[in-house]
Amino acid sequence: MTGRGRYVADVVLPGMLHAAFLRSPHAHARIARVDVAAARQMSGVVAAVVAAELEAHVRPIIAASRMKGYKATPIPVLAGSKARYQGEALVAVVAESRYVAEDAVDAITIDYEPLPVVSDPRAAARDDSPFVHDEAGTNVIVSRAFAQGDVDAAIRDAAIVESDTFRFHRHAAVAIENRACTAEWDAGAERLTLWSSTQVPGMVRDGLAELLDIPVHAIRVVAPDVGGGFGMKSLLYPEEVAVCALARLLGRPVKWIGDRREDLLTSSQAWDEEIECELAIDADGAIRGLRARVLTDVGAYSMFPWTASIEAIQVISFLPGPYRVPHYRGEARGVTTNKAPMGPYRGVGRPVSTFVTEVLMDRVARRLGLDPADVRRKNFIGAADFPYRSPSGVVWDSGSFAESLDSACEAVGYDALRREQASGRSGGRRLGIGIASYVELTGVGSAIPASPGADISTGTEGATIRVDSGGSVTASFGVACHGQGHETTLAQVVAEELGARLEDVRVVHGDTAAGPIGSGTYASRSAVIGGGAAILASRALREKALAIAAHQLEADVHDLDFRAGVVAVRGAPDRRVTLREIARAAYAGAKRLPKGMEPGLEATRYYDPYFGTASNATHIAVVELDPALCDVKLVRYVVVEDCGRIINPLIVDGQAIGGVAQGIGAALLEEIVYGDDGQLLTGSLMDYLIPTAAEMPAIDVRHLEHPSPSTLGGFKGVGEGGTIGAPAAIANAVADALAPLGIGIRELPITPERLFRLLGAVPRHRAGA
Amino acid sequence: MILTTVRLTVNGAPYEGRCEPRKLLVDFLREDLALTGTHVGCEHGICGACTVLVNGEAARSCLMLAVQADGAEIETVEGLMRDGKLHPLQQAFHEHHGLQCGFCTPGMLMTALDFLRTNPRPTEAQIREGLSAVLCRCTGYHGIVKAVEAAARELARDAR
Repeated sequence: MTGRGRYVADVVLPGMLHAAFLRSPHAHARIARVDVAAARQMSGVVAAVVAAELEAHVRPIIAASRMKGYKATPIPVLAGSKARYQGEALVAVVAESRYVAEDAVDAITIDYEPLPVVSDPRAAARDDSPFVHDEAGTNVIVSRAFAQGDVDAAIRDAAIVESDTFRFHRHAAVAIENRACTAEWDAGAERLTLWSSTQVPGMVRDGLAELLDIPVHAIRVVAPDVGGGFGMKSLLYPEEVAVCALARLLGRPVKWIGDRREDLLTSSQAWDEEIECELAIDADGAIRGLRARVLTDVGAYSMFPWTASIEAIQVISFLPGPYRVPHYRGEARGVTTNKAPMGPYRGVGRPVSTFVTEVLMDRVARRLGLDPADVRRKNFIGAADFPYRSPSGVVWDSGSFAESLDSACEAVGYDALRREQASGRSGGRRLGIGIASYVELTGVGSAIPASPGADISTGTEGATIRVDSGGSVTASFGVACHGQGHETTLAQVVAEELGARLEDVRVVHGDTAAGPIGSGTYASRSAVIGGGAAILASRALREKALAIAAHQLEADVHDLDFRAGVVAVRGAPDRRVTLREIARAAYAGAKRLPKGMEPGLEATRYYDPYFGTASNATHIAVVELDPALCDVKLVRYVVVEDCGRIINPLIVDGQAIGGVAQGIGAALLEEIVYGDDGQLLTGSLMDYLIPTAAEMPAIDVRHLEHPSPSTLGGFKGVGEGGTIGAPAAIANAVADALAPLGIGIRELPITPERLFRLLGAVPRHRAGA
Repeated sequence: MILTTVRLTVNGAPYEGRCEPRKLLVDFLREDLALTGTHVGCEHGICGACTVLVNGEAARSCLMLAVQADGAEIETVEGLMRDGKLHPLQQAFHEHHGLQCGFCTPGMLMTALDFLRTNPRPTEAQIREGLSAVLCRCTGYHGIVKAVEAAARELARDAR
């Protein structure tokens, strides 16, 4: 805000060089010949490194998993034999400046032999398709199913079955800071430091150790200020590995700052699914069963650490939503294509699963002549049902599903809106009201790995808290903030639990050398798991500080109050010591401490919430359509969410509203488009449209604050929910506006072109244009 | 490599540097003048993170060459604070949660500064339109719009 932030691009090191990558212009091509001679001779160029040269120093990235039906796809740091997507890095040039490095990239010549491009995921799944990875012998690298009961019988015997094939197109995270990294190799100490714009410094460190064959303690990964991530920066990228290998090879620091074209070509992309779904309903509107087949286009590679399974598995895990679904079967397949690799993006799977389930719920209501809110109320998992084991095996510890729906209806003035809608329809006004209720698993502990089968620890985090000799507090974490305000929220937790003043607590994160072992920030986990670890460490320190204070004050521990950095004897407030005085005694040693007490005032604790905890919300979107312009205008937007105990309401609102903005983009504007030849057609921010302030309505966020029964502190995660609810709510609102025309929504985003085509299928006088 | 001399004023202080004619203004500010508060987000003039004021008007420093700014007066985010005090816009961004990751913030602040100078009493709709020149991916713009509304009130009070 003052220009003093420090992002990776701002890191300047003595002798630093700049890398640029030659990237494949072809989506699928054999690389016949690479000629870097001219590039190497250019003034200011230090190196032009091809795949074969780098292979001697670094292993390919492999996202391993024990999951049945999964095949890993090794990712070469530089591709040598063939390129599998447009934008894949083939040659690394290192030069005195980025300008010179890019000049040198232009001077490299490569002979390509184009191969048949695998573009359509349905065709890719067939046996006669060309393969993206010949070694895999198939493009289907993920294949998994969850089942409960007898869904086929449920569908056969149901009073009604609502079914459709849905399509949720490919999206990009578009963090405003592009990916960036800078590596420095200290040959004397044999130590590698990587500054990276990443959400997961711990995972990057562990990955680099394997790939570069360096011990973990010789690697420091720093995520300084990070300009947004949204899941896209929770992966290990080839460029991060490349700059480390190059810095070690060349003996000088190497910096790579991705540009927007590289971001849109090579950063992980998201969602991109086709879902065939059938919802079986009894005559009274109760759900009997749900059957789904999901096909995910995972792009060219399965990325580390999450693997290509993460998106599709989340869809089939969460399709049953907040409802009782007695019979269920969800089958997921992930197929490789010649497109940028798929990765987790805010919501992961659940924006898609919620879209499908919620659209079907609205159709059920329409078919039965019921109000969409009532159909949901009838099927919600009730308060008496918790803990509730969902058909996919997820355990919901709690939820306020009906309450959030009722509150959202009240907040938006639901009944009045329905009357307004009915009276407007006769005059041709196309007002639509869309509801989406969802439940999400947050703060996921070790019981249900964030990526089942992958050999990574995602269920634990640590906190190291130290009260120094000056009485100020440093709390270090393995979680890594990239805009969520951990500096504020985690400091609040520590101050409250410890009894320190908020201004005395400094939060350190995003530096693997500074904190406990941890992985990073993703999957709405930091407040729950990082906060839980903070509570445990703070409590341990509080207990010790109180014991020291009791010794100093010659009082019984039970008679002491400890708040705002002061311990005082209850009823005798002038008998007091400050945290600074306690800390001085703690480091002074035996003479000033209770007998036998170990000196020091520092604690490290780890926390595993085991199952994790359920956050839930209801979103209601109100839209008005202009059929002439094919424009969807968001008139109102209400969120009623339950993220448990709230640490900081401003930050919760910020997460919810920011999430909704991305959901609005997903529903109405954003789409990554590839041609059949695998060429990216949306390679700039003029083609890939994210919402601006002008497209955003005011968002009314309200909170239900039911503390989680299963996490320390009662916190539930709130980072992703906005993006989970919004696409479904908007899809339902648009479908509601179009209902009199008999038009349904089965595809997102609803761009003006798609709306035009939908309306074009209707006789002109009925569309009201 | 031909180097050209560029003389300009940044936040009231004169600077002189030599750079290639092709060097972007934003790279000149960041690399030659070490003013890294101005950020690069897209290099094609859409995201607005690199917005600075050139002779008082908001401009994309990624779409301008440093040599084109020869003789110009540039204002960047580093110039907003005065005497160790936050500018009313910065103060309002702080109070209204107008930033999360902070990467778009320099461009957002400079755009808002230009906007409020030309439109000191804006409606909410005008603020949204005015700020649509800068992309933010974190906040959903809610806190930013509130902050600019608050800063407009504060600046109007100061002007009286």
